Amino acid sequence: MSGRDGDTAARRGGGRRAALGGIRDPFAPWAAPGAEPLVRFESVVKRYGAQTAVDGVSLDIYPGEFFALLGPSGCGKTTLMRLLAGFETPDEGRVLLSGEDLAGRPPHKRPVNMMFQSYALFPHLSVADNIAFGLKQEGMGKAERDVRVEEMLALVKLEDFARRKPAQLSGGQKQRVALARALAKRPSMLLLDEPLAALDKKLREETQFELMRIQQALGTTFLMVTHDQEEAMVLADRIGVMQAGRIVQVGRPMEVYEAPASRYVADFLGDVNLFEAQVASVEAPHARLTAEEAPGGFRVVDEDCPAPGATVWLAVRPEKLRLSLDAPAGNPENTLAGTVWDIAYTGDWTNFIIALPNGRHIRAAQANANRRVARPIGCDDTVWVCFDPDAGVVLTQ
Amino acid sequence: MTRPALNRGPSAFNIASLALGLGFIYLPIAILVIWSFNASKLVTVWGGFSTRWYASAFQNDQLMDAAWVTLRIGVFSATTATVLGVLAAIALAKVGGFRGRTLFSSMVYSPLVMPEVILGLSLLLLFVAVGFERGFWTVALAHATFTLSYVTVAVHARLVTFDKVLEEAARDLGCPPWRAFLTVTLPNIAPAVVAGWMLAFTLSLDDLVVASFTSGPGATTLPMRIYSQVRLGVSPEINAVCTLLIAAVAAGVLIWSLANRWQSRREAVATKPYAGA
Repeated sequence: MSGRDGDTAARRGGGRRAALGGIRDPFAPWAAPGAEPLVRFESVVKRYGAQTAVDGVSLDIYPGEFFALLGPSGCGKTTLMRLLAGFETPDEGRVLLSGEDLAGRPPHKRPVNMMFQSYALFPHLSVADNIAFGLKQEGMGKAERDVRVEEMLALVKLEDFARRKPAQLSGGQKQRVALARALAKRPSMLLLDEPLAALDKKLREETQFELMRIQQALGTTFLMVTHDQEEAMVLADRIGVMQAGRIVQVGRPMEVYEAPASRYVADFLGDVNLFEAQVASVEAPHARLTAEEAPGGFRVVDEDCPAPGATVWLAVRPEKLRLSLDAPAGNPENTLAGTVWDIAYTGDWTNFIIALPNGRHIRAAQANANRRVARPIGCDDTVWVCFDPDAGVVLTQ
Repeated sequence: MTRPALNRGPSAFNIASLALGLGFIYLPIAILVIWSFNASKLVTVWGGFSTRWYASAFQNDQLMDAAWVTLRIGVFSATTATVLGVLAAIALAKVGGFRGRTLFSSMVYSPLVMPEVILGLSLLLLFVAVGFERGFWTVALAHATFTLSYVTVAVHARLVTFDKVLEEAARDLGCPPWRAFLTVTLPNIAPAVVAGWMLAFTLSLDDLVVASFTSGPGATTLPMRIYSQVRLGVSPEINAVCTLLIAAVAAGVLIWSLANRWQSRREAVATKPYAGA
C-alpha cells in the first residue's frame, strides 16, 4: 500500500459530511494544484542482509511542511531519514530533492541537515563554535559567520551561553544548541531524529511549542522521526504512519486519528475498541452491522462500507463512548451492556475498563466536566455503553 | 550507633603486606639511586654525597652517544608506531567490522604476548634476508613494530567509547570523511593518542633485547651500552645514567597517567547531566 492511499482515507473520512477533528487548518501545500514536492521517495527499498528495513516506500513531502514519520522502533522510519541525509543508499528506487536524484551524493554535499537523537554536539567546541561548524565548512567568512551564530543563538534563546561547552549545558539547552547548529546552514530541509525523546515530560511540552514557533518563523521544511504519537500529532502538519518498512497511511493528525486506514493505525494512534462485525445492510450514507457483542447491532455512517455479508471491524475510540447506569428501553443499536472492571481517575479524564458479557474488556473515557456527579459510577456496577452512528469507523483490514 | 566494620582503616596486616610488596619492587631501585650519589669510586663503600658521577657521565662520549641514539630511535619509532597504531585502531573500531577483522586484530596484538627474543630474532632474520644494513634504522623500525601494538590498544579503547554519531554530524554539516576525522574525532581521542605515544617512547627507551638483535655498528642504544659496561664491572657512572633513565621513564609514565586522568575527567564532565545554570 503506498503513501498516497492516505488521501483516499482522508476523502472517505471527509466527504460531504462535517470536517474531521473539528479544527480548521488552511495550511495544505500537498493539496495545492500543481504543487511540486520538495522531497520524493520513489519505491525506495533498503535491505540489511536478509532483513528489509524499508520496503517500497513512496512519499512526497512539500515545501514548508512539518512532516512526521511515526511508527514503533524497527519500522524503518530512521532508515528512511538516513537515506535522505545520505548515510544510507537505497537498494532500489530513488530519493529526489527538488526534483533532482540524490544518488551518489555524499552527506556533506546534500542541502539537508540533521538533528541527531543524541544531539551529537562536539564536546571539544563551545556552543558558538558548534553552531559555526557547518558555516566554517562552507567557507563563510568570519564576520558573516559571527552574525549568523548570533542570529541562531537568539532564535533558540541561548545568547548567554555562547562560550559554554556542551558538558556545561542541561538537556534542554543541548537540544536547542543541536537545533541551532542544524539550522545554521539554512538547509532546505531539516531532519529531526526523535528530537524530544531525551527530555522530561514538562520540558518536552514546552519544547514542542518552541519547535513549532521556529519552524513557522523560518518556513523550513521539517521531517521528524518519532515513535511518540502525541508528539507527532502536536507538531506535524501531516503524519506518515509506518509499519514493517512500509507507509500504511499519510494524512493530517486528525485524519489519521479519526479515519484510520487499518486496525494497525487505529491501535497505534491512541486507544481504540475494535468490534468484529458483519455488514447486514447498506443504505448510504448509513450501514447496519451485526455483531455478537452488540445485541441491537451497530448503525454507522460510512459511505465506503463493503457489501452486505462482509466481515469488518468497527473501531470506536474510548472518548466517544458514553456510559449510563440506566438500562435503555428495548434493544437499541450501538449499545453494549457490561460491568465496570477497573477505573483510573487522571484528573481531567476518568478511564473505565468495562468487561463485556463474553469476558472481553473495552475502554471508555469520560471528560470530567463537572466537579460533582449525582450518580457516580463504581467498580462492579452494571453499565450501558453507547455511541453515536458517527463515532465509529468501519475497517476492512 | 557503631559504624560497620568496612569503614575501618587498613589493618596492620594490610600495611605490612603493602610495605613488603613495594619494598620488594622499589628497594633495589632506591639503592641504585642512592649509590649514584656516592662520592667514592668503590661501589660498595659510601664516601659521602656527590654528583660527580653525573658530571663524569655527561663527559663520557660513548654513553652520551648511546643516549642520543636512544632518544632519536625513541622519537622516530614512537611517532611511526602512533601513526600506524591509530590507523589500525580506526580499522578495528570501524562499525560493523570487515572480513578478517579477528585475524587482523590478533595479528596486531600478538607482539604484546610474543617473547621479545623471538621478536628480535625474527626481525634480525628479516633484515638479513632482505639485505637491509643493520644500524639506527633497523632498531627504529623494530621498535615501531612492537610498540605499535601498545598504541593500538590505547587508541582502540578510546575509539570504541567514542560516539560515531559525532563523525556523522560533522559529515552532515559539510565535512568530507577525512576532514570529519581531523576536526572532530582526532581532538576527542587526542589524550589516548598522546598516551599511546608516551607509552611507545618509554618502551623503546628501555628495550634491550630487540635492540641487541637488530642493531649494528654505530647504533648502540643506552640500555645496550649499560649492559655491556656492567659486564666489565659496575661503574658509578652507570648508576648515574640509570638514575637518569629511571627519571625519564617515570616522567613518561607520569605524563601517560596524567593524560589518562585528563581524558577520564573530560568524560566524567561530558556524562554529568547538568553542571550549573
